[in-house]
Amino acid sequence: MSTTTSMNEQMEPKVLWLDRLLAVASSVGKRLAMPVVGFAAFLLLWSVAAQNIDTSLGKFPGPQAVWQQFGALHAEHNRSREKEAAFYERQEKRNAARAAEDPDYVPKIRAYTGKETFVDQIGTSLVTVMSGFFLAALMAIPLGIAIGLSRTLNDAVNPIVQLFKPVSPLAWLPLVTMVVSALYVTPDPIVAKSFLVSMITVTLCCIWPMVINTSVGVASIDKDLVNVSRVLRLPALTHVKKIVLPASVPMIFTGMRLSLGVAWMVLIAAEMLAQNPGLGKFVWDEFQNGSSDSLGRIMAAVLVIGFIGFLLDRGMLLIQRWVSWDKSNIAN
Amino acid sequence: MRFISVWKSAIRVLLSVSLVVAPAAWAEKLGYPEKEELTFGFIKLTDMAPIAIAYENGYFEEEGLYVTIEAQANWKVLLDGVIDGRLDGAHMLAGQPLAATMGFGTKAHIITPFSMDLNGNGITVSNAVWDEMKPHIPKMADGRPVHPIKADYLKPVVDKYRDQGKPFNMGMVFPVSTHNYELRYWLAAGGIHPGFYAPHKGDISGQIDAQALLSVTPPPQMPATLEAGTIYGYCVGEPWNQQAVFKGIGVPVITDYEIWKDNPEKVFGITKEFAEKYPNTTVRIVRALIRAAMWLDANDNANRPAAVKILSQSNYVGADYDVIANSMTGTFEYEKGDKRPVPDFNVFFRYNATYPYYSDAVWYLTQMRRWGQIAEDKSDDWYHELASSVYRPDIYTKAAKSLIAEKLANAKDFPDFAKEDGYKPAQSEFIDGVVYDGRKPNAYIDSFNIGLKSGQKL
Repeated sequence: MSTTTSMNEQMEPKVLWLDRLLAVASSVGKRLAMPVVGFAAFLLLWSVAAQNIDTSLGKFPGPQAVWQQFGALHAEHNRSREKEAAFYERQEKRNAARAAEDPDYVPKIRAYTGKETFVDQIGTSLVTVMSGFFLAALMAIPLGIAIGLSRTLNDAVNPIVQLFKPVSPLAWLPLVTMVVSALYVTPDPIVAKSFLVSMITVTLCCIWPMVINTSVGVASIDKDLVNVSRVLRLPALTHVKKIVLPASVPMIFTGMRLSLGVAWMVLIAAEMLAQNPGLGKFVWDEFQNGSSDSLGRIMAAVLVIGFIGFLLDRGMLLIQRWVSWDKSNIAN
Repeated sequence: MRFISVWKSAIRVLLSVSLVVAPAAWAEKLGYPEKEELTFGFIKLTDMAPIAIAYENGYFEEEGLYVTIEAQANWKVLLDGVIDGRLDGAHMLAGQPLAATMGFGTKAHIITPFSMDLNGNGITVSNAVWDEMKPHIPKMADGRPVHPIKADYLKPVVDKYRDQGKPFNMGMVFPVSTHNYELRYWLAAGGIHPGFYAPHKGDISGQIDAQALLSVTPPPQMPATLEAGTIYGYCVGEPWNQQAVFKGIGVPVITDYEIWKDNPEKVFGITKEFAEKYPNTTVRIVRALIRAAMWLDANDNANRPAAVKILSQSNYVGADYDVIANSMTGTFEYEKGDKRPVPDFNVFFRYNATYPYYSDAVWYLTQMRRWGQIAEDKSDDWYHELASSVYRPDIYTKAAKSLIAEKLANAKDFPDFAKEDGYKPAQSEFIDGVVYDGRKPNAYIDSFNIGLKSGQKL
């Protein structure tokens, strides 16, 4: 008897609570509910699968293990920052002591010599991918517009673009590495060689989708618009500025979005292969370490890589919406 | 007037005398480093410890050196880094500076003013090979195998593979690595031919006449390659033997301590050009490394657990604490559960471990000759000259003396610099009992059953 009553007492608030939750859920809408369900199912599948995979480094990391590694990576980052502060403090003292002993000495502050943390590696990768991407855009968009405007130029350049477009940028990597180390020789370099190598590799892979999409966008401008420009006898530059660019912005941005996605994927692989600083190197280093935490840390990096890729794509989409033809018109 | 001018000239003389004398007095004191920002390379092995400790304990900084330490993908990348200046110095295989100076592989004059450690390697075989080997090995009363395990017990396994037409593949880390010579020494002592090199014919695979085929695998990838079945065994530094035990994929059969007691291992390598251009920096690097080595061995390895904790950080060796601790704290786990004390498995300072002995260099050269990497006969003098152009006890002595003068080190912990000629007395503690005297390399080369002898050329 007593057990049934207590069960009823427990059941009732539970049902109420569930009802309320359902009400809130339905109010938030199915749009949010389904992704959450999807995520929950994924986490469940992941943890079940992880428990059943035994590697020589221990069990495959489940969600919990990866979460712990996120904590550990964060703690490591904080420790490293403390060490960095102490490093500069010691350096200042040492410089002062030497200046007192040796008046000719010009004190110099040297950069922290410690290892990059996970957070630093994320920063490095982001800077690299964005620099490579912008460099590519600087070259690809003018080239694409020129090709789109002129049939002759298109006929001349198109075969080259088609030839290089399918080449994996990783095939370029050895060439880029050798060329950079041969040509970039300065005693006091502004940027590291490894940064240049990664950046140029990214540029090489970004450039083709942007050229193609820009040229297609420019070539397929509404004939009426082109005719208007002809009637008004707009000079070439004004034609590009007033007619071509606004009309082809959606296509240009589609190309840029595609490029950025590819760039991010390629960068990680390039960093891994060339041992250049960044998330790719982080993954490789952890693989080499072979500690029982390594797989969890790699999985954490995988999630971060995916999340950043997602954010980059969303960011481009937002910009695309913002600058595209009709909306910019409304804003103006 | 004249009186004043006499005084003036007197003062001038005094001044010039003091200017001449002062630098001479300063010469005793070590100057500031010419180059302060340095990058050192290493391979993920526990014997890189002196570099990590010199950094973490602030010994580099106390010398006014700001050092960045970078893991390298493999020994070739590391050596090329030092040669092309990307790295200022690195943790190197003892054979690397010798081979590079000689021109076997990439040619460059590399010197070593500091020897990093003694011992520290092991030979591991796969579980399958171990199961076949084990019945042949004599057992102690408690059923555990008697150590050291000779390659004589591996021979029947290798013969079986050969009868079946299967190549018996083993891994080592680099053609001029300590591991290559140790594995070859052990195999040959057990009657297994590890193969010859013939660089003059363009054959640098080292598999001519081989019964066991040796090939290169980077240290951190050894366990994975063994697990994949590409190789049946390997010789590598720690923690990659203990890693095999932890992963349950292989069994270490012997440590290099048992192949040659207190054998010299890694060295710290820099280019000759660097040492000449930056003499103060060079001496200061050696000072920091000597202090790190002293710390590592101080009070009977009392600091080892702290060192293991540092090494297990992902930017250094990065393996689990337990795996590294197994060999660094005086024990070594052979078969799972068969943990035996090997107090001298890793020696960083005791027994003059850091002094760059010519005789150590000559031993590596004799092995290069034995296996054909040096294709032709060389005179005993040639061995001495090459050894003394690469191994630089003069720099080491300068660093050690300045540490002693500053009371940072004790003179009794070092060789007697006044009498030391760079050759250890003849050593006999090899697994096959052959006696090695560094002053007579050719006689030593002739004393082996397997290997090239005087006058032989492939």
